[in-house]
Amino acid sequence: MVPPVISIRNLSKVYAGGDEALRDVSLDIARGEIFALLGPNGAGKTTLISIVCGIVTPTRGTVVADGHDIVRDYRAARRKIGLVPQELHTDAFETVLATVRFSRGLFGRPPDDGFVETLLKDLSLWDRRASKMMELSGGMKRRVMIAKALSHEPDILFLDEPTAGVDVELRRDMWALVRRLRDSGVTIILTTHYIEEAQEMADRVGVISKGALILVEEKKALMRKLGKKQLTLNLAEPMLRVPPELADWHLALNADGQELLYVFDANEERTGIPSLLRRMSDLGIAFKDLHTRESSLEDIFVGLVSTRSGQ
Amino acid sequence: MSAPMFNRHGIWAIYRFEMARALRTLLQSLVTPVITTSLYFVVFGSAIGSRMTGMGNVPYGAFIVPGLVMLSLFTQSLFNASFGIFFPKFTGTIYEMLSAPVSPFEIVTGYVGAAATKSIALGLVILACASLFVPIHILHPFWMVAFLVLVALAFSLFGFIIGIWAKNFEQIQSIPMLVITPLTFLGGAFYSVDMLPQPWRTVTLFNPIVYLISGFRWSFYGKADVPVGLSLLLTLGFCALCLAVIAWIFRTGYRLKS
Ligand SMILES: Nc1ncnc2c1ncn2[C@@H]1O[C@H](COP(=O)(O)OP(=O)(O)O)[C@@H](O)[C@H]1O
Ligand SMILES: [Mg+2]
Repeated sequence: MVPPVISIRNLSKVYAGGDEALRDVSLDIARGEIFALLGPNGAGKTTLISIVCGIVTPTRGTVVADGHDIVRDYRAARRKIGLVPQELHTDAFETVLATVRFSRGLFGRPPDDGFVETLLKDLSLWDRRASKMMELSGGMKRRVMIAKALSHEPDILFLDEPTAGVDVELRRDMWALVRRLRDSGVTIILTTHYIEEAQEMADRVGVISKGALILVEEKKALMRKLGKKQLTLNLAEPMLRVPPELADWHLALNADGQELLYVFDANEERTGIPSLLRRMSDLGIAFKDLHTRESSLEDIFVGLVSTRSGQ
Repeated sequence: MSAPMFNRHGIWAIYRFEMARALRTLLQSLVTPVITTSLYFVVFGSAIGSRMTGMGNVPYGAFIVPGLVMLSLFTQSLFNASFGIFFPKFTGTIYEMLSAPVSPFEIVTGYVGAAATKSIALGLVILACASLFVPIHILHPFWMVAFLVLVALAFSLFGFIIGIWAKNFEQIQSIPMLVITPLTFLGGAFYSVDMLPQPWRTVTLFNPIVYLISGFRWSFYGKADVPVGLSLLLTLGFCALCLAVIAWIFRTGYRLKS
C-alpha cells in the first residue's frame, strides 16, 4: 500500500481557555486526493489544519507529513505544505508580486521570476501584479493568498473554507482551480461547512463535529451507504391528510396536499414502493407523475449528527 | 530532496521585507530624528553649551554627540524591532511566519538584523549631521563601530521582545517613552556623571544606560565615567539576556501560538 501523505495520530487540543477543540483525531490523507473536512462552525476544522501547519501546538498526538514529523523535522515537513487560511490576512501596502516573492523566499526557495509569473498568470493575477493588496477585491485577495501558498511549490495544500463568503461564480472558479491543482499532483485538504462543496469537490469526506472525527468515507461510498432516496408522487387530486391505510409507509404530505413523499433506502432488497403503489390503486388514489431523488450530503449529515446526539 | 539545515532565503525575505517597509517611509524615518537632533544642538550645544564647563577639553556641543546618537539608537532600535514583529501579529499575517520552515533563530536574525541596520544607518546620519555643527573626533573608530553595532543589536533584541509582548500600539510606545528616554536623560547623555553630587553619583551607577553612553563616548574622546570593559560587558550581557528571553518565547510559544 502507498503510505499516506499525511498521517495524524490521536491528535487532541485543549486551548488555554479550556476549550476542547479536538478530541483524539486520527486520520490518513492519501497522496493526490481531495479530502474535504466537513463540519459546522466551531467543530475544530481550523484547529486541525493549524496544528498540521505549525501555527497551533497540539496538546497530544503526532502528525507526520510526507514522512516528516511536523515537530521534530519541521523544516522538511513545512516545505511540503502550503496553507490558505480562512481569514484574508494581507499586508495592505505590499504589491501582489512582492508578497508572493516574499512567501517563496520565506519557505526557503531561491527566487524564480519565471515560476512566479506562471503562477500569477494561472491565477489571473499577472495584470494586477503591481497593485497593492489594499486595492484588491476580496476574491482577488483570496487568489493572492492561494498564490502565496503555492509559491514554494508545495505537494500538499490546505484550503481553509476557500469559498466562504464568495459568490457563486467565484466559487465555480475556485472549484475548477482546485481540480487543476489536483491534476498537477497536489494533495488537497479543504474545509467547508457547505455540504454542496464537499459533494462537488471531494474524493473523500471526513465529518467533524465538536472536535471529534465522526466519520471518514469515500464520498461515493458515503452517499451509497447512507444514501436514502425520496419518492415524490404528484397527486391527481389534492388530499387533506394521509389516509390511515397508508400509515405503514410513514408518508408526508407536501405542496398543499398535492404531493406525497416517501423516503426509502435504495440499498434495501424491498423498497416498499411496489406495495405502496398497489395499495394506492386499491384505494383509488391516482397520481399524475412520480420521481425519485438521491439524498444530498446535507440530508446525510443531519441524519448522522442527530443519531449521534441521540445516543 | 532533503531540506537544507539553514534557510538563508527565509532570512533574506524577512530582512528585505522589513527594509522595504522602511524605504517606503524613508522621509519620515529620517527627517524627524534629524530635525530633533539639530534642535538639541541649537538649544544645548550653542545656547546653553557656552555656559557649560567641566567636560575636560571637549566642547559641550561635541560632548553631547555620543549621548544623542545613543538616544536615537535606543529608541529607533526598540521601535523598529517591536513594530516589525508586532505588525504581522496585529494584521494576522504572522500565520505565514509560523507555518514556514524558518527557525526562531532565522526569524530573529531577519527582524533584528533589519531593525539594527536601520537604527545604525540613522545613527550615522545623526553623526554626520552633528559634524556640521561641532568638531567631532573619533579616537577609537573600531570601538565606536563595535559599540554602535552591539547597542543597536541589544536594543533591537529588546524591541523584538516588546513587540511580541505588546497587545496594542500604546504598549509598544510605552517602554521607550516611560523607561528608556528618562533613563537616558538621567544616564549622562548631557552631562558627565562626575559632575553629580553624592549620593546621586552612586545612584546613577545603577542605571545601565550610563555604562552604554560612557563606553560609546569613550570611543570618541577617550574619557569614560565608568571602566570601558564594564561597558562592553554590560552591553554583551544585555544581548545575552534578551536572547535567552527570546529563546524562551519561542520554546513556549508565548503570545505567538495558542
Ligand atoms: N485561539 C483560540 N483560543 C481559544 N479557543 C479557540 C481558539 N481557536 C479556536 N478556539 C475554539 O476551538 C473550537 C474550534 O474552533 P475552530 O477550530 O476554529 O473551528 P472551525 O474551524 O471548525 O469553525 C471553538 O470552540 C473555538 O471557540
Ligand atoms: Mg474555521
